[in-house]
Amino acid sequence: MSHAFYVTASYIAAFAITFGLIGWVFIDHRGRHRELERLEAAGIRRRSARAEEAR
Amino acid sequence: MSEPSLAIRKFSDLANPTRFLGLVATVWPWLAGLTLCLFAVGLYLSFTTTGDYQQGETVRIMYVHVPAAWLSMMCYTVMALSALGTLVWRHPLADVSAKAAAPIGAGFTLVALITGSLWGKPMWGTWWVWDARLTSVFVLFLMYLGLIALNRAMDDPTRAAKVSAVLILVGFVNIPIIKFSVEWWNTLHQPASVVRMDGPTIDSEFLWPLLVMAIAFSMLFFTLHILAMRNEILRRRIAVLRRHAARSAGGAA
Repeated sequence: MSHAFYVTASYIAAFAITFGLIGWVFIDHRGRHRELERLEAAGIRRRSARAEEAR
Repeated sequence: MSEPSLAIRKFSDLANPTRFLGLVATVWPWLAGLTLCLFAVGLYLSFTTTGDYQQGETVRIMYVHVPAAWLSMMCYTVMALSALGTLVWRHPLADVSAKAAAPIGAGFTLVALITGSLWGKPMWGTWWVWDARLTSVFVLFLMYLGLIALNRAMDDPTRAAKVSAVLILVGFVNIPIIKFSVEWWNTLHQPASVVRMDGPTIDSEFLWPLLVMAIAFSMLFFTLHILAMRNEILRRRIAVLRRHAARSAGGAA
């Protein structure tokens, strides 16, 4: 196998894992954000949020 | 009693997760932009330098392998400092920091292992040897996986935080072993050529792209770390809200 194969495979692996981490962070955030919104829509809120609303 | 210094007050302010989330919202787009710019410059330099007279084109693997390997150790060091923050100062975000850093550290360690193997085959004639450097980095990868599994296996976050903090600190012994393995033992892996007491031994043509890529990878780590911490704070808020909801439902019944 040529040197180009090893260089290309290294960069593909590095990019795939890096984009995997970036994707994980953003997908996780979207999931948590939606979950919080669902809970708030159901009237379940943090005490500080309720206090702010009462003011 | 004297007034606490500005730095300590700022550090204490960050103990408030809501304040930390506000800071993340302001800082992360700037960090992400800086990371992108650094990667653009680093990758341009990485692919415009001439190949090494002995290694040929494969020297370009160094620009992703070495920063990933450095980051794998830096990430664990950040986790060890966070573990101290949990056990000594009981900083509320210390455990969040350690838990958020583990998957990122595992990712960078995997990049270092895979690219190292892909560099080893054309240079050493083998994908893998169980020498001290490669084995200790593989152990680091297993430690990251173990810590991720431990955090997921325990339901009580306070208990999980203490147990994983102790484990992180015990496991920190592996970091100097990784760093000095190439000096203490006879390894196929080459000795350090950048971070040395007598200065770098590699030519500046290769050193500059390497340093730019190392800074780019570090910025990527900090960006991902604060975003993962934000997710962990939200996850804990959701858990608390669910507990409150369950308690209220139980009380009403």
